[in-house]
Amino acid sequence: MSENIISVKDLYHRYGDFTAVDGISFDVKEGEIFSFLGPNGAGKSTAINVLTTLLPLQEGSATVAGHNVAEDPQKVRESIGIVFQDVTLDRDMTCREILDFHGNLYRMPSTERRKRIDELLALVQLENKQDTRTKQLSGGMKRRLEIARGLMTRPRVLFLDEPTIGLDPQTRMRMWDYIKAVNEEGTTIFLTTHYMDEADHLSDRISIIDKGQIIITGSSYELKNTLGEDLIYLETSDMSGTIPILSGMELVKEVRKKSKGLTAMLDGDGTKILPRIIETLSAEGIKVSVVNLKKPSMDDVFVHYTGRELRDEGAEKSSSAITRAGRR
Amino acid sequence: MHLGFLTIYWRDMIRFYRFKTLLISSLVQPALWMAFFGIAMSANFNRLTSDIPPLPGVPSVDYLTFMAAGVIAMTTLFTSLFGGMSLLFDKNWGLMREIFASPLPRNHIIFGIALSGMTKSFIQSIIIMVFGIIIGAQFFFGYSAIKTLLAVLGILLFVAVFSLGFLFLSAAISISLESPEGMQGIMTLLTMPIFFASNALYPINAFPPALQAISMVNPLTYLVTGIRYFAIGDNFQAIGIHYSYTPLQIGLAFLFLIGFATVMFTLAWWRFRKAVVT
Repeated sequence: MSENIISVKDLYHRYGDFTAVDGISFDVKEGEIFSFLGPNGAGKSTAINVLTTLLPLQEGSATVAGHNVAEDPQKVRESIGIVFQDVTLDRDMTCREILDFHGNLYRMPSTERRKRIDELLALVQLENKQDTRTKQLSGGMKRRLEIARGLMTRPRVLFLDEPTIGLDPQTRMRMWDYIKAVNEEGTTIFLTTHYMDEADHLSDRISIIDKGQIIITGSSYELKNTLGEDLIYLETSDMSGTIPILSGMELVKEVRKKSKGLTAMLDGDGTKILPRIIETLSAEGIKVSVVNLKKPSMDDVFVHYTGRELRDEGAEKSSSAITRAGRR
Repeated sequence: MHLGFLTIYWRDMIRFYRFKTLLISSLVQPALWMAFFGIAMSANFNRLTSDIPPLPGVPSVDYLTFMAAGVIAMTTLFTSLFGGMSLLFDKNWGLMREIFASPLPRNHIIFGIALSGMTKSFIQSIIIMVFGIIIGAQFFFGYSAIKTLLAVLGILLFVAVFSLGFLFLSAAISISLESPEGMQGIMTLLTMPIFFASNALYPINAFPPALQAISMVNPLTYLVTGIRYFAIGDNFQAIGIHYSYTPLQIGLAFLFLIGFATVMFTLAWWRFRKAVVT
């Protein structure tokens, strides 16, 4: 058995004329947390649905836990756990019944089932809710119950499709802790998200996916490092004059024009380079009006590689902005 | 043997029991049919047919007894046709994804749902029999205890096979559709001809030939025939018409229902293999 627990080659998936997944290849190593980061509609869910055998494989190849998705879907199903994007709990069943039902679907023997349910209810701290119907649970509790359900059969890979969508900041961070704890017990995690901070915080490796294609794959550190060590944002009195001057400077890796100002990617310590930039510019008679120095974030990585902001929608944006601010 | 279908069965029965309105209405509704339609119509039919001379030597039953068999059949039809509807809700609420992504073979979903629908029909049929007898239907008249028990089992056997057929059909329709409204529409469209082009409430002897032909391929007719055979007997008269059944006729009726259920299962199995749920 290879150390790659998921291996995907040239995967395509089309809905009529629309190509949702446009030739992706990637590997997930056993034991890691791997993320698909991309906007809504990037093809993340379609890819996950193919890997979890809910959608038929159209073109390319994919193996999960050593089993071919197209040839042996039954074996794949036995090896994986899934937490779906939206809540999929029967409102009128209790937490314990939800887990019991799931264990039964996978033909777990009853003593093992009971033991596992107790363990998992403890893990996600729902012991005192075990006889409560799921309609009475809060959003965070429902998500926790779903994660417990995904783990019920001790899967080798747990698929999490947007696990913290619609949760408040504190609950999201608690979810991250649960996900990490589960991973530390040895379960490989495959996660899709459109939250930069989530991918950044949780994953060992991230694939940025957009318009059905993988743009780049690497660890959070590697991805950010491709943008250099520091980023400087400038607005000056003469924008067109500034660009050639900056581009010619030592340790400046790349300069990009933005709507109002420009960003310079640096191959050195920005705190030392920035004063030199301002001096050089004022020597040329260009006045700097706005300046900002920062470390590259996942947002910057995303914008850099896709050429646009992540299409983050309304309420979700504000909540992710708050957590981001809270963590920095 | 894989008992996965019991998991589906168990969950559907939990829901049946927890939705109190559904539970109570499904138990009360057939009794109401008997109480209102049965008593009202039976008063009318008994008056209208009072001057028809009875056939000598043939035991006669009143209209209430005649139609009670039809009410059992009708209730089974309705319950079974709507029995697959929970699959549609499961699909729309995403719950079906959990099941489709699990190793459970898909035909077990069909079996599980069918078994729970069948259980509901059993409960309702027994309620109608008991309630019917209370308000005066002459079911199992003059039967010994053993014969009554066998007759009840015979009725349940017919109800079982008939309900499976329509549950499979219902499952096939629900897994193929997107909207509960569409399902509602199809069900209404189906129940009307099935119910009225049958011998459930009145004899088919006076139907025009076309309608009579329809009633002869209508599974409901065969279910009603089976129930009357077991509940009333193989030789009786009602509303001026003489009914007599041979064991061969009853056997063929049963075979017809088995054939119908088999075809419907094939249909459902085909729809389930095609179904993609995401």
